[in-house]
Amino acid sequence: MARYESVLDSIGNTPLVDISELSPNPRVSILLKLEGVNPAGSVKDRAAKSMVEEAEKDGSLRHGQRILESSSGNTAAGLALIARVKGYPFTVVVPENVSTERAKLLAAFGAQIIPSPAAEGSNGAMRRAQALAEQHPEWWFAFQYGNPANPKAHYEGTGPEIWRDCPEVTHFVAGLGTGGTIIGVGRFLKERNPDVRIWAIQPPAGEKVEGLKSLDEGFVPPVFIDGDGYSLLDRSRVVGPRESIKWARRLAEAGIFAGISTGAAMAGVARCASEIDEGTIVTVSPDGGWKYLSTDVWTGDLDEAAERARHELYF
Amino acid sequence: MTVEVRLPNILRPLAGGEAAVTAEGETLRDVFEDLGRQYPGLRGSLLTPEGEMHRHLNVFLNDDDVRYLGKLDAKVGAEDTVTLMPAVAGG
Repeated sequence: MARYESVLDSIGNTPLVDISELSPNPRVSILLKLEGVNPAGSVKDRAAKSMVEEAEKDGSLRHGQRILESSSGNTAAGLALIARVKGYPFTVVVPENVSTERAKLLAAFGAQIIPSPAAEGSNGAMRRAQALAEQHPEWWFAFQYGNPANPKAHYEGTGPEIWRDCPEVTHFVAGLGTGGTIIGVGRFLKERNPDVRIWAIQPPAGEKVEGLKSLDEGFVPPVFIDGDGYSLLDRSRVVGPRESIKWARRLAEAGIFAGISTGAAMAGVARCASEIDEGTIVTVSPDGGWKYLSTDVWTGDLDEAAERARHELYF
Repeated sequence: MTVEVRLPNILRPLAGGEAAVTAEGETLRDVFEDLGRQYPGLRGSLLTPEGEMHRHLNVFLNDDDVRYLGKLDAKVGAEDTVTLMPAVAGG
């Protein structure tokens, strides 16, 4: 194991674990990259570090300046950790329906939390952060949805790590949130081998969009559009909370304690494995299960757990 | 071919308040055009004036995003379900 000068140096270089025992097709291997081992607990530590350090480099973030972001939790945790270590004050708009653990983790790192209405989802939190950014031009707004340093973290980190550890990869399957992971990793892998297929997995929008008044209020992240996501992706599927939780439970049987979005990715992987003849699928576990313990993902009745997940943000 | 089309909350008022409706067609374009005939108010949310897919509407054919299955030319079959969802982001 390595010794690090700073906790920030321990971000990335995550383990890739063979979990082919869960494959529905004996000719298809499955490898899962465990991003939950990052110091603030998720894949978003990579984007957070990349966004802050790029801004320091180009001078848009200066010593002591306040960092602003909106996040359903994981990006907030990553930024909160980095802000604490580097000495920036940090304000984050968080939808009030994220799990208790997420809110308490942010408090542990000393972040200032501004709750936004549950009914407005992640997009509502983003709109509020955008308004705050306009009121406070002296703050630095990270804006993960449109910040090129987000996919860059995956193009320069996650993607090369996967290629180094598994050059036989035929399919890459990952959740679609800001698009950072799938754009960065997908582009890197396709440049190395154009035959690699990229599948996106997304949660149903249902419970998150009660606050939308029309389709025109919908949002496709600039990170996805600028990264030419529509031509990069080969497939995109929606996976509901019930199937996601079912797969989070199956992962626990294999010794992998991962969050609900990992369950969603695995449901997509299983579908992919069933549709292809043979191959090697790599997927990403965005976070561990710790932040979801209070929601009884593993312990309660499956239908009740799925119903609760419909009202809570887990992507 | 008759398919079921599931509507998100924001589109239901344009389809008589229904959460799911049925439409006829061989392709997704046929299905959308049939829906537009049945519920004229819905048409503008399904297709642009140029007859293309709406930028902020995600369309899933049995959970599979049709943008990667030939878009409006995607073939639909009996027993298929088309689910419409507004585009939102996570993070």
